[in-house]
Amino acid sequence: MSREIHKRIEGRSPAFLALIAGLGILVLLGMGSAWTMEHNGHVITGMSNRIVWGMPHVFAVFLIVAASGALNVASISSVFGRTAYKPLSRLSVVLAIALLVGGLSVLVLDLGRPDRLIVAMTTYNFRSIFAWNIYLYVGFIAIAGVYLWLMMERSLNRFSKPAGMVAFIWRLALTTGTGSIFGFLVARQAYDAAVMAPLFIAMSFAFGLAIFILVIMFTSGGTGRELGEAMVRRLKNLLGIFVGAVLYFTIVQHLTNIYAAEHHAVERFILLDGGIYTTLFWVGQIIIGGALPLVLLFTPLFADSREAIALAALSVIAGGMAQLYVIIIGGQAFPLVLFPGKIVSSSFADGSIASYSPSLPEIGLGIGGVALALVIVAMAVKILALLPRTLADAETDPT
Amino acid sequence: MSCGNSCNSNTTSRRGFLTSMAASAAGATAGLTLAPGVTLFSPAQARARGKGEAASSKVRWGMLVDANKCDDGCTACVDACADENGWQGEGNPATDAQWIRKVKVTDPGTGKSQSLPMMCQHCEEPPCVDVCPTGASMKRADGIVLVDKHSCIGCRYCMMACPYQARSFVHEPVSGQRTHAPRGKGTVESCTFCVHRVDEGQQPACVEACGGTKRGALTFGDLNDSESEISKKIATYPTQAIRSDLGLKPGVRYLGLDT
Amino acid sequence: MTLRTIISVLVATFVFVAISSSAEAAGRVTIPEPAKGKGDQCVADTSFMRKNHPSLLKHQRDDTLRKGIRGNEFSLKECVACHAVDGKDAKPVTYENPEHFCRTCHAYVAVKLDCFECHASTPDKKRQANELPKKHPPTNVLSSWRDLSAQTCEGG
Ligand code: HEC
Ligand code: HEC
Ligand code: HEC
Repeated sequence: MSREIHKRIEGRSPAFLALIAGLGILVLLGMGSAWTMEHNGHVITGMSNRIVWGMPHVFAVFLIVAASGALNVASISSVFGRTAYKPLSRLSVVLAIALLVGGLSVLVLDLGRPDRLIVAMTTYNFRSIFAWNIYLYVGFIAIAGVYLWLMMERSLNRFSKPAGMVAFIWRLALTTGTGSIFGFLVARQAYDAAVMAPLFIAMSFAFGLAIFILVIMFTSGGTGRELGEAMVRRLKNLLGIFVGAVLYFTIVQHLTNIYAAEHHAVERFILLDGGIYTTLFWVGQIIIGGALPLVLLFTPLFADSREAIALAALSVIAGGMAQLYVIIIGGQAFPLVLFPGKIVSSSFADGSIASYSPSLPEIGLGIGGVALALVIVAMAVKILALLPRTLADAETDPT
Repeated sequence: MSCGNSCNSNTTSRRGFLTSMAASAAGATAGLTLAPGVTLFSPAQARARGKGEAASSKVRWGMLVDANKCDDGCTACVDACADENGWQGEGNPATDAQWIRKVKVTDPGTGKSQSLPMMCQHCEEPPCVDVCPTGASMKRADGIVLVDKHSCIGCRYCMMACPYQARSFVHEPVSGQRTHAPRGKGTVESCTFCVHRVDEGQQPACVEACGGTKRGALTFGDLNDSESEISKKIATYPTQAIRSDLGLKPGVRYLGLDT
Repeated sequence: MTLRTIISVLVATFVFVAISSSAEAAGRVTIPEPAKGKGDQCVADTSFMRKNHPSLLKHQRDDTLRKGIRGNEFSLKECVACHAVDGKDAKPVTYENPEHFCRTCHAYVAVKLDCFECHASTPDKKRQANELPKKHPPTNVLSSWRDLSAQTCEGG
């Protein structure tokens, strides 16, 4: 193939400018939220000494987990040799970088002292999984950047396969690292499960692909590029498999916990009487994030309709947010067990469920991070030749 | 130091140490704090290091809480700590600092309840120190677990990791701090065992206050020194660490907990 | 009004603001007047202190906090106590007040300290009662300031 496969977008249409402006406003909103939080202290958020990580962390972890998943399309083509996905590799890598940058921005701006970021970058405690994650994140951005460059520079194309391999392994490590942030918290009943790492990997596959599908559908539609039936079906099937995997590991997570006697109370809390967390688990995570997408993707009723697929991707994202909310905030709302078998009470709400309601600045900060990621993607497809000229079946499936 | 490799036993080194700083003014201060009711510590525990001398791993500071002597409704230790370290709240219970709190533990079977103080347990294997990305959470040579607020970035991972919920995040701008207890918005903090007092040979404020109520439920001292009051008590009575299953080896131990 | 008048008014305003603010800034910072501390001398040679107090404080801080070394001379608590400056109400001023000793020079060198977000910027109450420090008239301020600028330049 000697023709250019990829082409920049014009990026001058009113619609594109409106998109950038809209996202820009959301980014500003996020920055404003961060400033407000910084200025007044975290007292204006819903976070407290009991719920120390709140909505910003739900957004940040979602974006970071999705980032490594967004790389999948590229990995499938270069690591597993599925050439059909090749035209999408560049977008996949850029989306991964953008999501990670968005997520990290949220994480950093939520710090108590973001002005000391330089401290975090220069002094490490090598026993901290958190510190290792800083390396994993920075390394991911660097590796993905090199990978993209090797793919785009025709004379270096042959190196893109090994680079893709490295990126793939790195992304597995990254997601494992992110999952381990929770897995290492021995004292927190909700996180004490070996299945946390594979669960996070499955989540990353599903969330990342869901975002990718929406982005490719949106950009194809918006730029008048053709998106072939075969490509859509492939992505759809893949998404279905990943959603199934998340459901599977979720079941494993809760079943193993139910078998461990000391985790009965926390399981009861999440699955039965945890109020909002129980609702979010069953309605958000299981039905919207799992069952609904599977129905939309695989029942003949919808017969591969694009609307159904887009809706499935959206509900995977919504369910994913619910899942992270349950894991991160539900896991903290459940009280620490200081005296097993005893009833505990104190001025610090020992022994009782902590309450939390997300505040506007927290949500604003999170949305700002999402918008930042999308702005980066939008600008990147304008500046670089990332989007395939066409994804018509004849092109992607030459056989 | 005056005590080189030649002295192996803790006792000798302690004695040598004591004589070397016999003239220390801080030692005298500690003697003065022996107000009525504060009968619980022997001069041997109330010693200060010399000026310019670093904390030593020969010492392992610890505290013993006697649940039998602790009353529900008494908050002398909490009040003394808040006053000493200046963390009186802003009236927002969920976000106010609580370096130490009273916990009521009730047995659902018998209905019997106990009251006891809960604070940083100064673990030998502190999970907060393990997880801290910048190394701001740290353990001093003498076992006191602290936050170096100069390098704390306020990520709060240590609060996630602490099994005792002993740490607070400063959610609001602070003013009117005590000179010896700096604290400010955006960093994490917790019980310091009143490190500024201990370094001067005094007892933590809570221990002193508890003694002042004549309850004497708190004993502070060197766990490495078999002659110290706390070591003797631990050797005599059955004591417990909270969540000992986690293997963190806390420096705070409890006596008389119903199990 | 034509566009041209608007623009010239804007430009004139800008120039005026710029000149007056820089004049004000100049008036404030070219002659920093750190009040003299109590006693005759600082904890180290004055010119040494001027140049090296940031690193001295940093070392002291790590020594005190991480190693538990107390009672050394470069304690921030002691700087604040000895360098307390009285305000109009005859009480030591806090860091809010530009008269605070630790603020006198920093505006000029564009250093912003966060230390007093946590550290008390006035001495202990007990101390204030016992030994209320007096505000000393600045001594050979200009020469000492030149001294400082020369040293900071040479320092880095
Ligand atoms: C015992 C009282 C005392 C203490 C404690 C003290 N100082 Fe001083 N300091 C002084 C005096 C007196 C002077 C003025 C000396 C002179 O004029 O030569 C001074 C001068 C200075 C100066 C130079 C000011 C100028 O006029 O240019 C600096 C900077 C300074 N001190 C910083 C500190 C710092 C930082 C600390 C804490 C580590 C500290 N001082 C502790 C008494 C003290
Ligand atoms: C977030 C809060 C915080 C900030 C900001 C902060 N400190 Fe501290 N500082 C502390 C705490 C807590 C201690 C421990 C006090 C103790 O143990 O006696 C301390 C102790 C110190 C000490 C040793 C005790 C003494 O008084 O000598 C020094 C020196 C010090 N800090 C210097 C600084 C300097 C210089 C800055 C600004 C660049 C600063 N600190 C900013 C919280 C803070
Ligand atoms: C005589 C003028 C002067 C006075 C008075 C003074 N400083 Fe400074 N300070 C400086 C200068 C100049 C610098 C910049 C030095 C450099 O960059 O090497 C500085 C820098 C610092 C820094 C490092 C800041 C940074 O961001 O790197 C700290 C901390 C500091 N000063 C603390 C203090 C404290 C605390 C006091 C009050 C006890 C004080 N200073 C009083 C002149 C002064």
